[in-house]
Amino acid sequence: MNQLQNFTKGFLKENPVFVLLLGMCPVLGVTSSAINGLGMGLATTFVLVMSNTVVSLVKKQIPSKVRIPSFIVIIASFVTIVEMVMEGFLPELYNQLGLFIPLIVVNCLILGRAEAFASKNNFISSVIDGLGMGLGFTFALTLLGTVREMLGSGTIFNVSFVPENAQTFLLFVMPPGAFIALGFLIAFINRLKHKRA
Amino acid sequence: MDYIFIVISAILVNNIVLAQFLGICPFLGVSHKVSTAVGMTGAVLFVMVIATMITYLLHQYVLVPYNLLFMRTIMFILVIASLVQMVEIILKKVSPPLYEALGVFLPLITTNCAVLGVAMLAVGMEDASLLKAVIFAIAHAIGFGLALVLFSGLREHLNLMSVPKGMKGVPIALVTAGLLSMAFMGFAGMV
Repeated sequence: MNQLQNFTKGFLKENPVFVLLLGMCPVLGVTSSAINGLGMGLATTFVLVMSNTVVSLVKKQIPSKVRIPSFIVIIASFVTIVEMVMEGFLPELYNQLGLFIPLIVVNCLILGRAEAFASKNNFISSVIDGLGMGLGFTFALTLLGTVREMLGSGTIFNVSFVPENAQTFLLFVMPPGAFIALGFLIAFINRLKHKRA
Repeated sequence: MDYIFIVISAILVNNIVLAQFLGICPFLGVSHKVSTAVGMTGAVLFVMVIATMITYLLHQYVLVPYNLLFMRTIMFILVIASLVQMVEIILKKVSPPLYEALGVFLPLITTNCAVLGVAMLAVGMEDASLLKAVIFAIAHAIGFGLALVLFSGLREHLNLMSVPKGMKGVPIALVTAGLLSMAFMGFAGMV
């Protein structure tokens, strides 16, 4: 597999959200608006790239029996960094995302890539894999956030496109809307994939 | 009275899966059969309560006095990961039947964000105490179990329905979960 394919596979073919169904908690939990989805996606991408980098560099030194706990410590350190940086520089987004920032640690996408990819491949491929998967994840979160925000509050990235006092589908910014919107998005993506195949 | 509020709020109003979106992976992953859903619930109840107890004590008597709050994420996840491993070893030795029943679910729990999520929420409660944290964890685990068992019952029925081709599998399951979550919204305002 060349590096370009390695990079682009995360967007559609192996999209972590729409196809692999990994890391679903933040996907549903924070996507009540596009900006939250984007912020969460980028935070996850950072952790994913850094943990893939470190894991691929130290993979020879880690005995295979303790590799999962070691990966978790590596991931948790980067999550702590993200937590502190966000609290300091983006306090508003930090409060909005709340509990889901420390929970990046248990996002199965990150541990999954460390175990399935970075611990078997070299440094450069691992970084590219992390970047591609992370941006694919960001893409999915932003897309779902945009759809929910459009239907639920009539805005895109906080820019309103409906008249004031307009009736919007409030349901879509509430928890049930997350499940329903994601269900239909996955059905739509499946359909696109079948057409291409 | 306080405790009753915690229990009702955790099980019905702010259900951990359907309203707070924690533990979605097992919710979608092991909900094909009611029997596996019940097994998973048992394992989660067990680990969640012990994990919350230990992380609460750790938070109260180590992290806060020594001003180490920034280590919270790392400490908590390490405690949970090693706890799961330990529970597995002890159960295997002490109670083989229970191990048989819960065994396959235990390793999955480390990546169940509900456990870490509840541990973190428990230390963030107002005027928290150990008893309150434990009740909080039990109530959330029951809420998790309720959602999981209900959903797996629905999915068993879904298998018998004719679903449009594009919606088969995950999409229809998610829409069903959405409807279930909508039903739970009816409890809003109770507490």
